[in-house]
Amino acid sequence: MKEFVTITIDDQEIKARPGEFIVDAARRNGIYIPTLCNMPGVKPAGSCRICTINVNGRLMTSCTTPVAEGMEIETISKEIEDFRKAVVELLLVEGNHFCPACEKSGTCELQALGYRLEVMAPRFPYQFPKRDIDAGNPKLVKDHNRCVLCKRCIRTILDEEGHHIFAFRYRGHQLQITIDPEYGMNMTDELAQKAAKNCPVGALLYRGKHGFEIPIGKRKYDKEPIGSDIEKLKKVKTS
Amino acid sequence: MPKKITIEPVTRVEGHGKVTIHLDDNMNVVQSRLHIVEFRGFERFIQGRPYWEAPVLVQRLCGICPVSHHLAAAKAIDMLVGAGNGEGLTATGEKMRRLMHYGQIFQSHSLHFFHLVSPDLLFGIDADPSVRNIIGVAMENKDLAVQGVMMRKFGQEIIEATAGKKIHGTGAIPGGINKNLSIAERNRFLDGKAFPNVDQMIEWSLGALDFFKDYHKKNKDLIDNFAAFPSSHLSLVRKDGALDLYHGVLRAVDAEGKVILHDVDYRDYLDSIGEEVRSWTYMKFPYLKKYGKKNGWYRVGPLARMNTADFIPSPLAQKEFEQFRAYTHGKPNNMSMHMHWARLIEILHAAEMMKELLHDPDLQGEDLVVTGSRQFEGIGLLEAPRGTLFHHYRINEQDQITMANLIVSTTNNNEPMNRAVASVAKDYLTGQEKITEGMLNAVEVAIRAYDPCLSCATHALGKMPLEITLLDSKDQILDKKRN
Ligand code: SF4
Ligand code: FES
Repeated sequence: MKEFVTITIDDQEIKARPGEFIVDAARRNGIYIPTLCNMPGVKPAGSCRICTINVNGRLMTSCTTPVAEGMEIETISKEIEDFRKAVVELLLVEGNHFCPACEKSGTCELQALGYRLEVMAPRFPYQFPKRDIDAGNPKLVKDHNRCVLCKRCIRTILDEEGHHIFAFRYRGHQLQITIDPEYGMNMTDELAQKAAKNCPVGALLYRGKHGFEIPIGKRKYDKEPIGSDIEKLKKVKTS
Repeated sequence: MPKKITIEPVTRVEGHGKVTIHLDDNMNVVQSRLHIVEFRGFERFIQGRPYWEAPVLVQRLCGICPVSHHLAAAKAIDMLVGAGNGEGLTATGEKMRRLMHYGQIFQSHSLHFFHLVSPDLLFGIDADPSVRNIIGVAMENKDLAVQGVMMRKFGQEIIEATAGKKIHGTGAIPGGINKNLSIAERNRFLDGKAFPNVDQMIEWSLGALDFFKDYHKKNKDLIDNFAAFPSSHLSLVRKDGALDLYHGVLRAVDAEGKVILHDVDYRDYLDSIGEEVRSWTYMKFPYLKKYGKKNGWYRVGPLARMNTADFIPSPLAQKEFEQFRAYTHGKPNNMSMHMHWARLIEILHAAEMMKELLHDPDLQGEDLVVTGSRQFEGIGLLEAPRGTLFHHYRINEQDQITMANLIVSTTNNNEPMNRAVASVAKDYLTGQEKITEGMLNAVEVAIRAYDPCLSCATHALGKMPLEITLLDSKDQILDKKRN
């Protein structure tokens, strides 16, 4: 197997590792492709479509598409930007996202994407779905109003024996996250905290430590927009 | 034929109100009412939310004094996490919150006095509305206008340094505060480089008091008699009887100064205070249970606080307080327009307290939060700019709020505002055929003295967007006028 493949991202020639996903190759080279459901190092779900790019003339999700020799990739264009913006807007109208009272505000990835993509007023009508809060778990409060169904909790939160703590239940627009009644009850504090942290929005709240404990100004996206850390890599490289 | 005059909306109060004045066949005022038509429903939609959201969520009730709601809720939530009832916090926790609160009092009172009230004083109640506004003040008295703007800014900067944001911050968390005040942050308020410093604030507060007292001397009749009526007064006072805007016990005095509610622990407020619902307004009418629905009503706010407190624990404000009390020979002051005087004394007090706190090394402390054992009911009260504010929550075993009861300052002043409107309506409108701009504004000036926050909304600048409707006894429209 070849040691690397050559691809072009936004007119820049890049050497990528065979089998690597496009989003990761871009990231290593200081090119930020917005993502939401994706987490580096975790098997991709490809559920949110925000990482959409243009590969050899076709729109594809960069978190699920492995690199291949000679790929011509465009990560940014008017069309792609607008597509991503539309996805964020859809997510915002589909749930009940009231940033002002949410403890994840300032560290929420959906909110940060909204700012970065300059979402002002969604072009779609608000759905205001009737959803509830499930506070039955002793460590976590689950707020279905804010869940974007990214499956990050399902994919990353497993107990020591490898049991999944989170799962989906119901179908269609009623689809929701559920916590395993048995394994969920015995979740350690560390695991519960990790679940709240891995949730990109404020849908999983850890009872032991609240987001409001971080003062405004010190929260993750208070100082720089989402993706800035990746883009800095490039600046270091080229300077 | 009996007639009804409607003033809608009331300008230069925070929010919207509607006043109706009913006239009989001889053009005598028979009834006047202040209707509150907004209903924000916070008490309902907070149900089910985790309790730690309350301080951040509930402050959205208001864009004018959100800090008051933020802190009253935080005090109630302190109880839920076993962090005492306003007294159990760390020195840094309590003092940071107090600083935030004084910043809030300072900015809110400044906004009210300089932007909303001074136009009436400078130009007179009957003046042309095109000059009777803050722009007019700036043209006429530039210094006063600039000071108003800078004082407001100072208060907001204090709020930002303690709560993280000028409006709707997150500083107070269950059991304490989420940040301290760094030396660099503190110095901004002392060195006067970015904006005038705290000493300047004290000086300007004194200047504003001089302005008012001078005005008072020249306009005794208006200030002493306009919308004056006897009432009881209620507020928190510190346990030793001092004015304390952040914490204390409930005290009420009657119009003669007799103490009628004796320094009650506010957690027992339900024993002393009831709330009546009337069909024509969304705003409830609180009353002291002991005196019943009819006679138990009371006033809250700066005037009430001057009447309940024994002294003010900051030297310059104490001096002014002594003059204020001497004016009514130590008896309660029942003059609505003296509310402005009282408010200015509190501006000075807040400035002095901010100075004291800014020099207190406790604000750089690292010990920010305390916790204890879980409780299921929390009650938090404080003195908001407009008066006593009550927050009361119950939660279930899952940390979810199951009950919220809020009595906001303006609600406490509901009956007094209605009385003020009635008193002015009688003086100005009885026997008159023609309704002048000045007369209608007189009604507004009476309401404005209470600085009501009818809901969060912007107020109109300049010309009064007034709609007057005249109705007969069968509620038929006789006439409709718009300016
Ligand atoms: S709870 Fe959070 S992590 Fe899990 S699916 Fe919903 S948004 Fe994603
Ligand atoms: S990040 Fe690729 S589909 Fe969500």
